[in-house]
Formats: sequence, C-alpha cells, structure tokens
Amino acid sequence: MPNTIHIPTPLRPFTDKKESVEVSGATVGELLKDLTTRHDGLKKHLYTDEGRLRNFVNVYLNDEDIRYLQKEQTPVKPGDQLSIVPSVAGGSSDDLRN
Amino acid sequence: MTSATDVDLPTLDAEEIKRYSRHLIMPEVGMDGQRKIKAGSVLCIGAGGLGSPAAMYLAAAGVGRIGIVDFDVVDYSNLQRQLLHTTNDVGRTKLESAKNKINALNPHVQVETYEEALSSDNAMRLFKGYDVILDGTDNFPTRYLVNDACVLMGIPNAYGSIFRFEGQASVFATKDGPCYRCLYPEPPPPGLVPSCAEGGVLGVLPGVIGVIQATESIKLLTGIGQPLIGRFLIYDALNMKFRELKLRKDPDCPVCGTHPTVTKLIDYDQFCGIVQPAQDHSAGATVSATEITPVELKKKLDTGETPFILDVREPNEYQINKIPGSTLIPLGELPRRYQELPRDRQIVAHCKMGGRSAKAQDFLKTVGFTDVLNLKGGILEWVDKVDPSQPKY
Repeated sequence: MPNTIHIPTPLRPFTDKKESVEVSGATVGELLKDLTTRHDGLKKHLYTDEGRLRNFVNVYLNDEDIRYLQKEQTPVKPGDQLSIVPSVAGGSSDDLRN
Repeated sequence: MTSATDVDLPTLDAEEIKRYSRHLIMPEVGMDGQRKIKAGSVLCIGAGGLGSPAAMYLAAAGVGRIGIVDFDVVDYSNLQRQLLHTTNDVGRTKLESAKNKINALNPHVQVETYEEALSSDNAMRLFKGYDVILDGTDNFPTRYLVNDACVLMGIPNAYGSIFRFEGQASVFATKDGPCYRCLYPEPPPPGLVPSCAEGGVLGVLPGVIGVIQATESIKLLTGIGQPLIGRFLIYDALNMKFRELKLRKDPDCPVCGTHPTVTKLIDYDQFCGIVQPAQDHSAGATVSATEITPVELKKKLDTGETPFILDVREPNEYQINKIPGSTLIPLGELPRRYQELPRDRQIVAHCKMGGRSAKAQDFLKTVGFTDVLNLKGGILEWVDKVDPSQPKY
C-alpha cells in the first residue's frame, strides 16, 4: 500500500507542481528514495553529493521529526504520511531581488 | 509579563474600559488580563506583510508599548497585503506610516520606532526591555539573528514565515521550549532551495500568519491558553489546511542546548553563506567581466549582434514585461531544458534584478556553456534605462 509524501511549495517545481506524491517502501529512507527516483530533480535539494539528507531539510513521519525516531531507518506503516518541511524565510516577500 | 504583581500593573481609565469591554467581560482575559496587556510590550521586526496585521491587532488589543524595527519605504507593491500602509503612504517610510495608523487606532499605545537594519551590533540594545519579539523578517540571516538574540536574552519569539500560499508559525526561545535552531540547525546555502524564483505571496496569507503571531504574543503577555511552544504550525491557504508538527528542544542545539557554543551574536551573513549583499548588483556596483548592462545590451542589438536572450523568470512575470526577442525558460526548468539553448551563440541571461540569472549563469557553465553574460540589474534596469514604456513590478 502506497504512502503519501507531502511536498512543500518551494519544492513543487520539481514534482510537476504536485502537492503530494504516492510512494512505496518499508522505511522513511526507501520512501524518499522512491520519491527522488520518480522526480529526479529533487535529489540535489534533498541530498548532499555524498548521499546524506541535507540538514536544513526536515522530514516528518506523521507529526514526528525523523531525527527523533530512527532517522531514515524508521519503519513505515501503511497510511503513514511523510512531510518534507524546508526552512522558509519570507516575511513580506519583497525579496524578489535574489 | 505574568510575573508582574497586581500592584505593578497599570490601571485602565473610563475610556479604556469602554474600548476593551469585549476583553473585560471574558473571564479568560478580564480586568487583570487587560492590565497585563497594557503593561506588556512587543517588538515587531519589520512592518511588512507579517508585521502589519500583527501590529494592528496588538494595538487594537491595547498592548502598552509596540516597537517597530524597519528601514523600508512604502511601495505600491506593498499595498496588496501590508495593511498598515495605504495608497497615500507610498513614498513615506514604513515607520512613519505605521506609527500614524497605530496612533489613529489606539492613542493609548506607545509606539517606538527604530529606523535601522537589525544587526548583531544593535539587536541586543533594541530587544532590551521588550516582553515578546515578533519576527516578521524576510531573510535567513535575520531569522537566525533574531533567534539567537531571543535565546541569549531570554525573550520569547513569536515566529511567522510565509512563502507564496504557505505559512509557518511557532513560538521559539521560551525558557524550556525549543528555538529556531533546534528546528533548523543550519540555513540552506544561498540558491539551493528555490525561493524568489518562485516568489510572490497571496496577499491574505500574511494576514493569517501575522495574526497568529499577534495571538501568541497576547497569550504570552497574559499567560492564558496553550502557547504554540514545541509545535510547528503549517498553513496551506490553497487547500485551507492547518497541520501541526512536533518540535523538540535539541539538547545539542548550539545556542539553547546544554553545552551551547554560540554564546554571543555572530556574523549571520557569513553563517548563511552570503558573501556579498544582494544589493551589490544594483546601480553603482561595478560591472564584472561576466555581466552586461542593459545599455550595453541595447547597443549590441542595435549594431546587429544577435545574442540569445534567456529570460529565467516565471511565466507570470514574463506576462508583465519582457525584452523583445527573449526566450523564457524558468530557472527551475533549466536543468532539464538547457539543451534548447544554442551552443554557438553568446547567451545573455536575465531575471527581475539579476540574482536568479546569476544562478542560471553558474549552472550553464557547469554544463559546458562558455559565453554566458548576466544582465546587470535585470529587467528592472532594462525598463529604467532602455525601455521605460514597459511596466515594472
């Protein structure tokens, strides 16, 4: 049974604008791998060149930060939802200058 | 805050009692709560999208002292969401405009304005004496600066952040709660997480998030309810969904952990990997060998040269204004579409102001393009210097 990964707005350009993606796997790491296989462009935003999850990208299994579970080895059950939550700085969005 | 004894709290006069009557008749606030609000102070960092609704509601609620740090001037493009400012205020400083509105709304509020950019040098001085800091800034260095100063001074941070139609809110830096660094130990390197390329914001979004920040500030001042501590609220305006994630205090946090390594304010631009300020590509900065000015580009085109003009903005921006003959490939699509670009012609990349096109330039070099120039100042400078008939945004 597939699991759902919620894609945050800043990363949706890399998932064909999809807000969530159905993926399958037995652990958080496997779900993320399935996601980046389906949407190759996400890889460099989520992983370092050495293949480690970037530390400004937070991943939640349901409402819990995977850093406080078993990280990418955390097992997933059918129906569990994964969320990617990157840091966002905007306050007035006048910063289109960048 | 809640530690003030009854005797220390200011009293309310007859006009104030009438004004705050809808608070006073609620047992959760009541006379004591209203006097705590009056005794309270909140410092808003920024009088923009988040700071506007927050400051207005804080003023209406009767917060005794509201400070605002801002150094910006009201622009037409602010009016779609920054309700403190009106059409007549365009061109005035945001501080002047904000103070004016708050005074009109509630003359009992003492408004303190600080016309300076928040920095490691002034943050502690500005924060001193405030009960709550309301962070409505728009960039990572200031986010970390506000967080660290709040932790070091023991002042809670009513945090809010917005992006297009998604918002985030939490309360950081309370005595036992997590801080922003527990959530995000490090900022993303500039350019990796797409930000402004996908910019813009739904005008009502900062209204929701800013008012959540104001709500949390008032709860902190009065000590009522369950503050948003250890919880991270995510709001999706398009789908009208709120989600809540658990936030934990990280014992290894460099600033609020058990063995902190950050014990004073640092250089936050450096921490965030920002080598030079973004303003550097505005008028006055020197033109580097990989840049071309709009006037030079116009000259090139007039003399019959045919550089390939690559616009890396979003389609919506392209609808507003464009350089004739340019080809639109948004920055985010470039990695899978760069094959569409000619290898035998010079490429001039541009965006709104030059930031995104600099990233495009870097990317194109990595895939073997050798002759790529970045249009200095972007389409805005093109409109200013070459084609004023086109609108700006």
